[in-house]
Amino acid sequence: MTAPAKKKMAGVRLPLIDGPEKVSGRAHYTADLPHGDALVGRILRSPSGHAEIVRVDASAARKLPGVAAVVTGADCDVPFGVLPIAQNEYPLARDKVRYRGEPVAVVAAVDAATADAAIDLIELELRELPAYYTPSEARVPGAVNLHDDRDGNLERDVHHEFGDVDAGFAEADVVREETFRCAEVTHVHMEPHVSLAEYDPGRDRITLHTCTQVPYYVHLSVSRCLGMDTSQIRVVKPYIGGGFGARTETLNFEIIACLAARAAGGRVRLYLSREETFLTHRGRPYTEVKIKLGMTKSGRMTACACEAVQAGGAYGGYGIVTILYAGALLNAIYDIPAVRYDGYRVYTNTPACGAMRGHGTVDVRYAFESLLDIMAGELGLDPFAVRRANLLTVPFETLNGLRINSYGLPECLDWVEEASGWRDRAGETPSGGRVRKGFGLGCSHYVTGAAKPVHWTGEPHAVVNLKLDFDASITVLTGAAEIGQGSSTILAQAVGEVLGVDFSRLRVVASDSAITPKDNGSYSSRVTFMVGNAAVQAAEALRAILIEAAARKLDADPGDVECLGEVYRVAGSQDPGLPFNEVVREALVDTGTITAKGTFTVPKEYQGGGHRGGAVGSTMGFSYAATVAEVSVDEDTGQVTVDNVWVAHDCGYAINPLSVEGQIQGAVWMGLGQAISEETRYWNGLPLCANMLDYRVPTIVESPPIHTRIVESMDPNGPFGAKEASEGALSSLIPAVANAVHDALGVRLTETPMTPDRVIDAVIRKERDAKRAAVPGAA
Amino acid sequence: MTSVLRLTVNGRPRADAVADNVLLVDYLRDVAGLTGTKQGCDGGECGACTVLVDDSPRLACITLAVRCAGRRVETVEGLTKGGRLSRLQRAFHEKLGSQCGFCTPGMIMASEALLRRDPDPDDDAIRDALGGNICRCTGYVKIIESVRAAARMEEPA
Repeated sequence: MTAPAKKKMAGVRLPLIDGPEKVSGRAHYTADLPHGDALVGRILRSPSGHAEIVRVDASAARKLPGVAAVVTGADCDVPFGVLPIAQNEYPLARDKVRYRGEPVAVVAAVDAATADAAIDLIELELRELPAYYTPSEARVPGAVNLHDDRDGNLERDVHHEFGDVDAGFAEADVVREETFRCAEVTHVHMEPHVSLAEYDPGRDRITLHTCTQVPYYVHLSVSRCLGMDTSQIRVVKPYIGGGFGARTETLNFEIIACLAARAAGGRVRLYLSREETFLTHRGRPYTEVKIKLGMTKSGRMTACACEAVQAGGAYGGYGIVTILYAGALLNAIYDIPAVRYDGYRVYTNTPACGAMRGHGTVDVRYAFESLLDIMAGELGLDPFAVRRANLLTVPFETLNGLRINSYGLPECLDWVEEASGWRDRAGETPSGGRVRKGFGLGCSHYVTGAAKPVHWTGEPHAVVNLKLDFDASITVLTGAAEIGQGSSTILAQAVGEVLGVDFSRLRVVASDSAITPKDNGSYSSRVTFMVGNAAVQAAEALRAILIEAAARKLDADPGDVECLGEVYRVAGSQDPGLPFNEVVREALVDTGTITAKGTFTVPKEYQGGGHRGGAVGSTMGFSYAATVAEVSVDEDTGQVTVDNVWVAHDCGYAINPLSVEGQIQGAVWMGLGQAISEETRYWNGLPLCANMLDYRVPTIVESPPIHTRIVESMDPNGPFGAKEASEGALSSLIPAVANAVHDALGVRLTETPMTPDRVIDAVIRKERDAKRAAVPGAA
Repeated sequence: MTSVLRLTVNGRPRADAVADNVLLVDYLRDVAGLTGTKQGCDGGECGACTVLVDDSPRLACITLAVRCAGRRVETVEGLTKGGRLSRLQRAFHEKLGSQCGFCTPGMIMASEALLRRDPDPDDDAIRDALGGNICRCTGYVKIIESVRAAARMEEPA
């Protein structure tokens, strides 16, 4: 017989706890929930980019047989928005429409055909206003304001300076400035948006099933906009088909579904088309980044100045946070003595932007890492040497008050340099033909959970309850939204590691406001760290209870009892000890069902600097990544093909290495889409790519092998040392590709995506410049 | 017009009154109650609804149900035999070929069609067979590994 031992559950390549349901088709997403007699919801959307609403007349629609309810902006005058300081969006437009596709009215009818017919009967009279689709148009003096309280259509400008930037540039050997333009991109989670809202007229209650990353924000928004007490609302998140940030704020259709259900006095299913899902948007904004760096001959940075302008779309959303992130995370990856940031978030007549994987940091990182490469080339330095010349040492506090306790970037650099064969690549550029090969490097970082929650209530950042009952099973109750990233699996592993029990004893119940403790949601890569720490604490509390019970039963001092997972016994003894079931029976005597609770709160000193906006970017742990991309560029067609990606990511500690690999691969691949093919495009505010053919998500055919390395820097505050793994690597890929394209062609792409037309333009520009330079007197 | 549609779904014969304009995806989900087949787009863009019709992969969102009269339709639910995951289902689970899981039924059915006609596909064959199936989570790396692993496994008895 082998000695009893705790089961090792952390650091194990465990398949997802909910995987069997997903691969067998048994997992129920919101659209799969039984909805037999539910009414069908349909939304009337604005045909105009910017207009005053003169009249919405739904009287004919309401009279159509089979129509249960029509709701318009007149029925809800409470605005919503994820930031309490920027709530300027109504679920259904009132007074004005501000982008093409904005919801104006909703119909609930017995079937889709009736609902569509009713939509056609609604009369919408608009008075057109000038519309602005780019930040420069919106900021022209005299432009009509989208929102009365924001002159010049400037939602927020940020001006931060830390250290003496001008002195830094003065002492540099080289100072360079470059401007980059990044197209707007969007999430394209595979599941279209859908809500199933049920109103109970007898009890005046709402139950909402919806595809959200933030069920509790949705809960609060529905309460506010419907004027209902929070206790009368229940929000459930079923399986959801991805999020990537799109669903980290309450979306209009979720409130609209509830408004329609209440008006109809029953159940409404609001299933958005893919086109409507694109219109709901909340993607990464079109961004112009002007960046300037000072550098010594040895590659040491002396100062950084950056200006970012974002086209935020028509409403606030997360906009203020996005423009702050863009500046805050200029810091915390390298040791830079002085940093200046000027950010401008501008309203435009396009669907509102929001949070998208790598929130706020991605476009700035592309610009920064591209400029590093430009300057390295000019100084004759290797791109790796330039990064290494600027590494920081932990513990470190950045100029803007961010604390860093673990820093695996040096190891990340070492691995990608070695694995990609970087040093041996010279001369590999194939001769002949017009296909050129190149290698490029990029580095990046990201927060592990926003240290200051959006709604500051004084509650802990995370709460986990464990329920242990007569059956000796343990249920992990968490509000954390499992969105495919594996959060439920990680929390079960964290609990399992502490208790050492058979994994089969554990179940996870997540994201049902009637059952699970509140959680702020799945955003800013916070769940593993914050909810994980709460889960560890809850499991430790439960273990203490079980040790007490075992001590009673063994007639021993609790301090002498050891927990071996399935067996508790007096430490060091050769007794067989007590099996888990027996310990549980003893623990339940007199108390019955046991609930053990764990919480986690980010200490104040990690909540950012005292300057205005200083909370954004603050976190307890930064992840780090380095990526090398190998590309082929066809000089005739301009086609960029990414042949290989090597990525190393410092996630502190991999509680589940299989899952961490999946997250890293998914992140850099999403960067690939932004690098080479993805962009939303508009013509007079009309989305041109609101489908999955014109919006070019890379298919499996153009997706390269991604060679992944997990670096473990063991963060002192993370659960078992863990930090985030899902976002940080994304932004390293885009500059890696841009730098590789330059390596291949000698041409610098300063726009994303690097589509064939942009590559060809850059090649032609370079050839033209070369010819001009050869002609004396032609400047 | 409505007519009686006779076909087999996952090996079971069925006869249902179905309007001529009903799409196969809606028939499977709403009439047969098989919600494993997903719809991710507005028609023919993403591959999530891929099912097998007489062993060939078909997009159920742009196939009329009545066109499947007399044919064998298979969905992701049909691969599980006696509650045991098929080799592809097992491989997608164990190798993390599925994250959010929404593209997974279509990926697995397209892969099933591939393995039936090519039991030992190389990576190019896998990429070719799954070129119409979009996944937004995995970067496809572990999907390819899953199909490769499944090709090496035996189906459960």
